[in-house]
Amino acid sequence: MTATPAVKTFVIDGVDASARSEQTILSAAREHNIFIPTLCHLEGLSDVGACRLCLVEVKGARRLLPACTTRVEEGMEITCNSPRIAAYRQMTLQLLFAERNHVCAVCLANRHCELQSLATSLGMTHVEIPYRFPSLSVDISHERFTLDHNRCILCTRCIRVCSEIEGAHTWDLMGRGIQSRVITDLDQPWGESDTCTSCGKCVQVCPTGALFQKNRTGGQCCKDPSFLPYLRTMREEP
Amino acid sequence: MKRTAPMWVIAENRSRGDRTMATLTRPPLPSADKRWMIVQGTMRKHGYSRNALIETLHTVQQSFGFLDKDAIRFVAASLQIPPSQAYGVATFYHLFQLRPPGRHTCQICLGTACYINGAERLMGHAEKQLGIQAGETTPDGEVSLLSVRCVGSCSFAPVAIFDEQVHSYSKVDGLDAQLKAWMKP
Repeated sequence: MTATPAVKTFVIDGVDASARSEQTILSAAREHNIFIPTLCHLEGLSDVGACRLCLVEVKGARRLLPACTTRVEEGMEITCNSPRIAAYRQMTLQLLFAERNHVCAVCLANRHCELQSLATSLGMTHVEIPYRFPSLSVDISHERFTLDHNRCILCTRCIRVCSEIEGAHTWDLMGRGIQSRVITDLDQPWGESDTCTSCGKCVQVCPTGALFQKNRTGGQCCKDPSFLPYLRTMREEP
Repeated sequence: MKRTAPMWVIAENRSRGDRTMATLTRPPLPSADKRWMIVQGTMRKHGYSRNALIETLHTVQQSFGFLDKDAIRFVAASLQIPPSQAYGVATFYHLFQLRPPGRHTCQICLGTACYINGAERLMGHAEKQLGIQAGETTPDGEVSLLSVRCVGSCSFAPVAIFDEQVHSYSKVDGLDAQLKAWMKP
């Protein structure tokens, strides 16, 4: 006997909709073809709500809630697109750009970058916040891949794919606040990591030009994370 | 085909009571130093469970004064936690020091009350005088400069702590004299 999944009904952008109780607002919205921008969310990985781009309004909640980590509830009234949310998303996006050295013209991921394409699709014409221009390093010690902290937006996709899919957990986040950085093992050069299996999954899931394959010129830096849901399905315990 | 679970998944199962994998070999002590036995004692007390990480790092810091990479590697391997995760935890909390402390420590409170009473000027002076940033130690290993957030003596703001000795209503002159005394060979 299988338990029937509980179905929740709610209103999303003025449309009556329903979803299974374990679904998040994001997955319900995508099923109903409602656009919610995301950066840290990736099909096949767990959700952490790090990028704050998927914030939505829920009637009765005092603050905006991240759609990727909020589950649907009975009677929810969700607004995914409004002038207020659009303004917040613009601000979040600008903060992401201003935090590190995102200069698209000289980035290897130019035209293949999720951050860049989001900025285009959300109509971000310029960054009003002054860039911080922090002095950050580039790690070229790995024989096949490069880590460029200047382009990292701390979405933690690499950390999650390494831990959840590859099972190596080479990556993690060190420090806190503005000092946060992704690290391999004990903050050692990537090439000297004992746990890295050189599988390259982190490179494929990186939304920006922070992780890329060596010996590629601009425009060849395409990422393809479509293998993830497949791997997840195949690895589920029988 | 059943895939082999990663090390920390095995550790997680074990802490849930699954004893089948309990005989995994633990790393040897990094050196003959008796203090490693204390560290090991803390881990044993918690049954080598993953969530003993912070407690164990506290023990390392109490025993050695700071956390070096060998210590973090040893603790991570013993508790079967990925080294990067253990390092992330150690760098996230301000209480953990990753460098050996200087012979003397100068702590300046930057809590709200001290801040509005000019603690920032004190910190600026100390940084200039010692040639280091807050959280660092002078190259000769004499003085560590630390910023703290509220020591509970707000009525004495601004507060500076020189080697456990609390100084109330600190002024740049007093701070300067103390730092000069320490910096002398």
